[in-house]
Amino acid sequence: MIDAVGNPQSILLLGGTSEIGLAVVEAFANDRPLRVVLAARPSQRLDAARTRLEARGCAVELLPFDAEALDTHADVVRKAFTGGDIDVAVVAFGLLGDNEQAWTDAPTAVRLAQVNYTAAVSVGVTLAELMRQQGHGSIVAFSSVAGERTRRSNFVYGSTKAGLDAFYTGLTEALRPHGVGVTIVRPGFVHTRMTEGKKPTPLATTPEAVAAMTVDAVRRRRELIWTPGAWRLVMSVLRHLPRAVFRRLPI
Amino acid sequence: MPESTSLRGWGRTAPTSAKVLLPRSPDDVSAAIKTAGPRGVIARGLGRSYGDPAQNAGGTVLDMTGLATIHSIDAESGLVDLDAGVSLDTLMRAALPHGLWVPVLPGTRQVTIGGAIGADIHGKNHHTKGSFGNHVRSLDLITADGSVRTLTPDGPGSELFWATVGGMGLTGVVVRATVALHRTESAYFVVDTDRTADLDELMGLLTDGSDDTYGYSAAWFDTTTTGAQLGRAVLTRGSLATVDQLPAKLRSDPLKFEAPQLLSFPDVFPNGLANRHTLRAFSELWYRKAPKRQRGSVQNITAFYQVLDLFGNWNRVYGSRGFLQYQFVVPFGEEPTFRRIVEKIAASPHASGLNVLKRFGAGNRAPLSFPQPGWTITVDFPVARACTSCARSSTSWWSAQAAGSTWPRSRG
Repeated sequence: MIDAVGNPQSILLLGGTSEIGLAVVEAFANDRPLRVVLAARPSQRLDAARTRLEARGCAVELLPFDAEALDTHADVVRKAFTGGDIDVAVVAFGLLGDNEQAWTDAPTAVRLAQVNYTAAVSVGVTLAELMRQQGHGSIVAFSSVAGERTRRSNFVYGSTKAGLDAFYTGLTEALRPHGVGVTIVRPGFVHTRMTEGKKPTPLATTPEAVAAMTVDAVRRRRELIWTPGAWRLVMSVLRHLPRAVFRRLPI
Repeated sequence: MPESTSLRGWGRTAPTSAKVLLPRSPDDVSAAIKTAGPRGVIARGLGRSYGDPAQNAGGTVLDMTGLATIHSIDAESGLVDLDAGVSLDTLMRAALPHGLWVPVLPGTRQVTIGGAIGADIHGKNHHTKGSFGNHVRSLDLITADGSVRTLTPDGPGSELFWATVGGMGLTGVVVRATVALHRTESAYFVVDTDRTADLDELMGLLTDGSDDTYGYSAAWFDTTTTGAQLGRAVLTRGSLATVDQLPAKLRSDPLKFEAPQLLSFPDVFPNGLANRHTLRAFSELWYRKAPKRQRGSVQNITAFYQVLDLFGNWNRVYGSRGFLQYQFVVPFGEEPTFRRIVEKIAASPHASGLNVLKRFGAGNRAPLSFPQPGWTITVDFPVARACTSCARSSTSWWSAQAAGSTWPRSRG
């Protein structure tokens, strides 16, 4: 149960090695140790994350999870709930990929779409069902400003995040009468493994900064945030630019 | 999937959803318990508990206000037989014409009999009358198997009776009870007020023996002032008035129940409105408006006792994020702990406006009942956006320091 000041007691991280996702878990764990379920493919990074969280006093369970194995999702999510209620579920897995390869090679594009969109929808459906049954909880979905208006240099990724964003926006409304909150987070450029070697855009930020804003949003039951907040203004301008202007921008 | 309803406590924090049923009879309650899902059933009255005891996320919640019949009032013995969903407000209005008074009243009358038993509520007269459970002569409890058990404090099943008193609804659902009321000549109080310059003066008045001459006693104290004004307070003490004590114009109808609701707050207040600055201003006003020293003032119940009942939905002032109520007991002899707590609150970025200090007398036989001998302190903190973690660390500090029990309890 998320307590009166907004602290959860348990958290499920789908994409258990996601740097932003782990930063969110650690930001919640700052206040008190949590039960943490990390769902990810087994790896050294996953073990390291477990060690780090256990050192903070968290009880950590590892759950094998492959975002591309869609038919296993329902079971994986159910398993996460068998150890007790899940107060916060974070959908943090995703691929960035190389845009030039993705739009010219169908299997690459499909893989991006499967992981970033289809898998996110797939886990979202089961999360929604279980959270409705338990009568409380909060779902966090990591979208991206790239999905708000797709640009030439990043549109395959952008399209998958646009889909995710739309799905979770609708889910927010569907779950509202059941007392389950959904928070969509739209980060801009974040310095992580995923963006390593890429040229940072303006307003670039860190996983820790995104996590701090995300935790605050969950506590306040906010439904949509941009990280940093200035992206909201930037994107509302970019969204309304005529295409002829937008395509000439150096972005 | 059945329709679910979002429920919160009076503190407005931590909403959860549950299926809410409105039973109209004990049979309905039995049926609801027998057909409940894995997440079970909890009874809910008028939702005045600050925390989450009347919530049951993903399970069933029984709205007990559908069982609201007063079956009989015996003016001779003072015994009243009534359903668990009857509010203390309704009971008082029905009992006063018989010259009967509800012996234990909390700060609001919007509490059901079932809730009063489940939380074993107390009032400003705990040191003279104990808690609500002390005045219950029998209760009908529907347990998890759906059967009705009639329990008394000393008869067979007394163990279950006392586990139910203060048991927060976890032993079953109370559907009916017999409560012993007290005789009174009037519905007015004769009140003495003292405004103290600081905490030490307050504690002096409370310990000089004068407190024992009053039936009711409680102090509001300031947690926004420091130094020479640390813990300045307004102590109000009184007893039910006899007809002789009333002014002539009240004597014709001494049992008249004067308890209007002046206004009900709309749900429009933003988060953060109740903050350090506004609560400091409120505290200043509350302190200044009290007379320095007043003796023998005749006051009605809302003036002396249930000021907050003048305002419907006053909890909305705290905004959608609500507030945390924290109550604990400092044993007699540990008064310096109380002082340290007030210092700590005053120095913290948090503020509390509604602070109450009361004296608890002996506790009762109920193992889960809250009151135990000592000073009980109640503070209300708005849930602040900036500093959720320091609220947590401070409250744990208090419980560790005072080593008392805290109230209201949450269900695990």
